[in-house]
Amino acid sequence: MALDAPMTRPKSRLQVVLIYLMRDKFALASALFLVLLISLAIFGPLWVGDEAGRLGLRQRNLPPFDFEQGWLYVLGADTLGRPILARLIVGAQNTLAIAAAAVVCSMTIGGALGLLAGYSERWYSQLIMRLADIVMSFPSLLLALIVLYTLGPSIINLVIVLAITRVPIYLRTCRAEVLELRERMFVSAARSMGAGSGRILFRHISPLVLPTLMTIAAVDFATVILAESALSFLGLGIQPPDFTWGAMVANGRGYLTTAWWIAFWPGLAIMLTTLSLNILASWARMVADPQQRWRVQALRKAAR
Amino acid sequence: MLSYLGRRSFHSLVSVLGLLTLVFFLTRLTGDPSALYLPLDSSIEARTAFARLNGLDQPIYWQFLQYLKDLLDLDFGQSLRQNRSAMEVALEAFPQTLKLAFVAMTLSTLLAVLVGSLAAARPGSRFDRIASIVSLGGASAPDFWIAIVGILIFAVGFELLPTSGTGGFAYWVMPVFVLMLRPFGLLVQVVRGTMLSALASPYIRTAHAKGMARRKIIFGHALRNSLLPVITVAGDLATGLINGAVVVETIFGWPGIGKLMIDSIIQRDFAVVQSTILVTAIAIFVLNIAIDLLYAALDPRIRY
Amino acid sequence: MSAARDIILDLKGLTVDFLSEEEPVRAVDSVSFQVRRGETLVILGESGSGKSVSTGTIMGLIDCPPGDIVAGTCSFDGMDLMCLDAEMRRDLNGRRIAMIFQDPLAYLNPVYTVGRQIAEVFESHGDAGEGSVRERVVKLLERVGIPDARKRADFYPHQFSGGQRQRVMIAMAIALKPDILIADEPTTALDVSVQAQILDLLRDLQRETGMAIIMITHDLEVAAAMADRVIVMNAGKIVEAGKAENVFQEPKHPYTRRLIEAVPHSRPAVERRRSAIQGEPLLRVKHLSKHYLLKAGFFAEKREFRAVDDVNFTLRRGETLGIVGESGSGKSSIARMLLRLNEPTAGKAFFAGEDIFKLEGPALGRFRRRVQMVFQDPFGSMNPRMDVRTIISEPWAIHPDILPRAQWAGRVVELLELVGLKPDHANRYPHQFSGGQRQRIAIARALASDPEMIVCDEAVSALDVSIQMQVVELLADLQRRLGLAYIFITHDLPIVRHFADRILVMKQGRVVEENETEALFASPQHEYTQALLQSVPRPKWLRGDAALQSTSEGAIQQG
Repeated sequence: MALDAPMTRPKSRLQVVLIYLMRDKFALASALFLVLLISLAIFGPLWVGDEAGRLGLRQRNLPPFDFEQGWLYVLGADTLGRPILARLIVGAQNTLAIAAAAVVCSMTIGGALGLLAGYSERWYSQLIMRLADIVMSFPSLLLALIVLYTLGPSIINLVIVLAITRVPIYLRTCRAEVLELRERMFVSAARSMGAGSGRILFRHISPLVLPTLMTIAAVDFATVILAESALSFLGLGIQPPDFTWGAMVANGRGYLTTAWWIAFWPGLAIMLTTLSLNILASWARMVADPQQRWRVQALRKAAR
Repeated sequence: MLSYLGRRSFHSLVSVLGLLTLVFFLTRLTGDPSALYLPLDSSIEARTAFARLNGLDQPIYWQFLQYLKDLLDLDFGQSLRQNRSAMEVALEAFPQTLKLAFVAMTLSTLLAVLVGSLAAARPGSRFDRIASIVSLGGASAPDFWIAIVGILIFAVGFELLPTSGTGGFAYWVMPVFVLMLRPFGLLVQVVRGTMLSALASPYIRTAHAKGMARRKIIFGHALRNSLLPVITVAGDLATGLINGAVVVETIFGWPGIGKLMIDSIIQRDFAVVQSTILVTAIAIFVLNIAIDLLYAALDPRIRY
Repeated sequence: MSAARDIILDLKGLTVDFLSEEEPVRAVDSVSFQVRRGETLVILGESGSGKSVSTGTIMGLIDCPPGDIVAGTCSFDGMDLMCLDAEMRRDLNGRRIAMIFQDPLAYLNPVYTVGRQIAEVFESHGDAGEGSVRERVVKLLERVGIPDARKRADFYPHQFSGGQRQRVMIAMAIALKPDILIADEPTTALDVSVQAQILDLLRDLQRETGMAIIMITHDLEVAAAMADRVIVMNAGKIVEAGKAENVFQEPKHPYTRRLIEAVPHSRPAVERRRSAIQGEPLLRVKHLSKHYLLKAGFFAEKREFRAVDDVNFTLRRGETLGIVGESGSGKSSIARMLLRLNEPTAGKAFFAGEDIFKLEGPALGRFRRRVQMVFQDPFGSMNPRMDVRTIISEPWAIHPDILPRAQWAGRVVELLELVGLKPDHANRYPHQFSGGQRQRIAIARALASDPEMIVCDEAVSALDVSIQMQVVELLADLQRRLGLAYIFITHDLPIVRHFADRILVMKQGRVVEENETEALFASPQHEYTQALLQSVPRPKWLRGDAALQSTSEGAIQQG
């Protein structure tokens, strides 16, 4: 195999990561699935967007795997005769966009507050931590329900609520890292050379915190998708005519006995997406851990 | 120890008060509170009368002080739908959730510790790989969808289990299983991870050098040390279990605090919503204290 | 008694690889040695020489994979250790071969009492004479010198001091009177005075029980103090082996010779620059103190801890002042205060006439250019995400008036060459260098702002002995060329002997002795200084308890 041939020059990091990915078939499948899903979410709606809203009297509650109505109906149709596959693709865009917006917001806010709370010892650091405690000490779904109940459900509010419930995760991790990094020798060295707080925070500490925050964001993406789906399922998330996979499951719930596929497919889509994200994250953890990394390496023994 | 408990209680009191204040001002600042309190179809006259009766025409800080005074008098308001004390309603539902959460959490923790440590004992083995995929699946599963699919298969399809309600053993199977999935999945990974790092730690080398039996090393030394982080995570997951309870109770018609919350939100029964928040917050506070005490009992390095 | 019967362990041709994606890394290459009953064999080598891996194999402690034992046999008292099953291996470990490690805090389980952890040795080997286990544990703890052993058996590892933890480890190892005790850098993490006590304890125990000791160390003085025979390892291979006296006094292999020359004791004194001592004062420290408030227990009052207590000294231009003390003596606190990283509780420090502790704003900025620091851990003192060019040019980025940006690249090259590195090293990252090279980069960075004074806080302590020597020579060379003043902080008294002009000896925050270097070494006045000088271990062949004696005693006890 070419991979095992003696190396003449060191491989780039990307090459190494790709080689490790090829060796783990679950991680590889997850990565391929996510790439496919993201392309579908970006370009799919341009392509099948109209189909997703078109009512079809003849296709009402059409069961899946009926190939006579064209490939769009391969997963069946809902109670209004709309093709489920097309709706899944449009729903993917909404689901992923809401989750991405929430993750980016919570990572930015949590990271910034964490830097502040970790580096400064003023009163506002205490205040930030207490607020994070309040948010953390209460079940996130309940919190989201209460806020959406008072603010009223809308996409913007949904993103805000999802972001707020996840902010403490980034905040705490970031603060803990900053607390540790702040005491590191290279920060002392920079200070002894005369570096100011701004330089230390942005040139020395932030670049080291960022990878950790990105790792959490990857895992958190799955959590946010689940939270958004649950909120939409309970009716306090996205509102018609917009819909996400969670809302699609909610719509199909009433027709379980007559048309199981309406609720089944969108739920399966959620499951596969979050599972892929989690498998990739767990693979990435293994590759990043020097004590575990040899498990994904092709170990070459010396000749005896 | 006493001073620690005092400090901890004070922090939690601040958290609960902060939460209640947040909810109070959110409801007041984002529109007409009588729109929240009263059913959607109530008349304008009814709303004005309601506002006057509840002092909503007073300045907002006055309303807040009034609200705090009522809290001190243990007056949590009346349930609009049930015409009795809102706290009574909340306290009636609470034990139902507690029973469900206790069973689910105990089962998933025990199972996760067993599966996780066996997986870590032989990393890379077939058992480890299966455990890792199953646990990732559990952590990724949208609980509402699993519940629906469960009903579809076991209640509608095979007619083995009831679709909803409370009663004997059969009524417990699906709610407990669905509620267990997420904590089980996450805990297996935490147990496996901490066990792997514990097994790689220097004191395990000492144990091998002493000539201890492998079984004793894994369960006596490694697992004992791994329990510490596991307990912290289990505590957080128990808080998060309320999230699952909302979904599971709604789907399986379990008369607990989660279902009460959703119902009250949909029926706009505001006093009940606030009472459930308070009850949940106190329960979580007690749980956190218990976790801290357990932690101190297990780790001799920690003294409060 | 024939020599052949004496041999308890016979290792032949051991070769161990560590596997990875790349070529396997050969950690140990065809290593053979024998251990006789009752003797001490020292395996001497610097970090990465494969000394710990070879003994790890004897105990079966190497994880395979990623480890891979390519070749070799190891016979212990007639048994082949390489083909033991798990149960036979378990039975042997702790009963007949025992081991102690470098960092006892990490190597003891934090959640069990030390008494219980020692008792596990008896229980694991079915040697639990019910009820008496506890008594035997207490006896063992008493034997290794833990005071109040009956009570202390119920304490947890974190409640002991570093030296006591190592005593606990030793108690655990000798519990079943093993034939061989493997000691892997047992005193490296300890202060010199504690180190001497632990070595004494090991020698005493060896005389009592007649066990053989395989001792792994990088420290030549420890090696000389313990060894009957020595093996010198470098890059996985044995480069020299023989009787301790011969190896240390007539080293044959060039590597061994380099190692031995690097020991400060053995070096000839360099020419002292008398002129420096008459230079004008650059830094005057007056009544410097740093106090902390500690909370001792639940109800105890806050207690004042004096990390630095009324310290006075003067540093002249171009002079080197050594500050020597064990951990906790307050020497690093002084460095941090002089650099304005921590604020003092009281005292003044005049640098070129200005009080350092009163500097603010631009004046503080100017001060920071004139004084630089070199830290103990060069890797930790550099941001791992920055390449060498960025690291060295950071002072110019902070103080834009030092050097116009266009000249940075050229100056980085000059500085790299000044500290003995190559210009193309500028594009690399800290992790791509060895410890000694990293410290050179740190020195280059310190020189970037043309300082007048450099504070070196344990700047060579983390380096291998041969590298230590090179870095000290570089510092001395730079001093001659650039007229720098150094404050050289270290726990290692010998290393400053040929470098410092004057020495300050510190204990518990106070200066106990200050003198010119030669005078201090010639006639130490304070008893603490005397103790420090004496605790540098003496070679075993110069002591009363020579190898022969202990061997024969051991043989008699063994029967």
